[in-house]
Amino acid sequence: MSSSIITFIWYFGTALELAFVVCSLVRRSFLRYFFLNLYFLSALSSSVARDFALSQFGVNSHEYRYTYFYTDALLTLALYVALISLYAHVFGELRFGRYIRLTAVLLLLGTALFSYGVVAQSTERLSTNFAYVLSQNLYFVGLVLTYILWGAVLKLRESRTRIVQFVLSLGLYFSAYAASYALVNLASKSAEMYILAPVLGCFLPLSWTFTMWRHTDDSRLVPARLLAVAR
Amino acid sequence: MMAAIIFVISVATLMMFFVSYCRSLMASSSRHTLSKEVRDVTGIPNMASGRDFARVMQLLRLCPERPEDRTGLQAVGIYYDILALLEKTIGRLVPSWHAWTEQELSGCANYAVVVLDRRIAFSREILAQQGEF
Repeated sequence: MSSSIITFIWYFGTALELAFVVCSLVRRSFLRYFFLNLYFLSALSSSVARDFALSQFGVNSHEYRYTYFYTDALLTLALYVALISLYAHVFGELRFGRYIRLTAVLLLLGTALFSYGVVAQSTERLSTNFAYVLSQNLYFVGLVLTYILWGAVLKLRESRTRIVQFVLSLGLYFSAYAASYALVNLASKSAEMYILAPVLGCFLPLSWTFTMWRHTDDSRLVPARLLAVAR
Repeated sequence: MMAAIIFVISVATLMMFFVSYCRSLMASSSRHTLSKEVRDVTGIPNMASGRDFARVMQLLRLCPERPEDRTGLQAVGIYYDILALLEKTIGRLVPSWHAWTEQELSGCANYAVVVLDRRIAFSREILAQQGEF
């Protein structure tokens, strides 16, 4: 796979991330969805840092490897926080905020400890392995949490179009990423599999920007229509 | 083994989220009232049936694209193809499945009609703007 195609997808994804932030500013929803914007701003900063490391040290350098894996772990953390903020939106009226935050922190610590336990057995490249395994595990935890959140959206008959589509896009993104990580492991880390990550990376900003641009905070949908089996 | 289990679970949830995402797109356009123009052009009075989808897609290709509709239309198009495939295979064996897929295919066609309606309005807007210059 040509590196120029991967670079193009990378720049395209970065443009989409910027588009979401601009769109939420134009729609005056920046603060309402602050943590979603924070995630994309972090993604933009990571792209700048990775681009700098790439141009200064080259793709095979330790510096680029560290920058890539640590920014990836930080981005996964930011996305985890964005997911928890969607929980806060859905459960906002039920005053569960404190319990949600506490559970989220405990789950994050548990995932970090589990990841450390996995990589501690091999001393070779412990720090980059930790960042990689933490990202991988957080994606799977994120997928499970999004699945639970989707159940809550259906149960509480959430009708806000933006919230519903943000949650569903995140679910699609997490499950596609978790599947791609598993596929990379199954396919013995073949080079062709590495194109998946940048392609999938474009999906979330694309669908969230579409949702932010297409719908307002007042847009509502009929919750019963979301169920696959008609009631 | 663990990777294979995670892969299967992830693909299953991916499909579940994809179906729900498409349904949310269709649900978000369900309150749209069709204009007289689109009802005349398509010959659909209120509700489209699954068979109308291909015809509406052909009409959509004749109108200028609106960037904000592209993602949703592609997703619903993929959903329609999957449903049509399921209808041709499982639908023939399980009669109860047939009613459900027909309802979903109709939802896809209705979504396409709403997009067509928006594109016609968009084209009119462009023409009106050009007329001002």
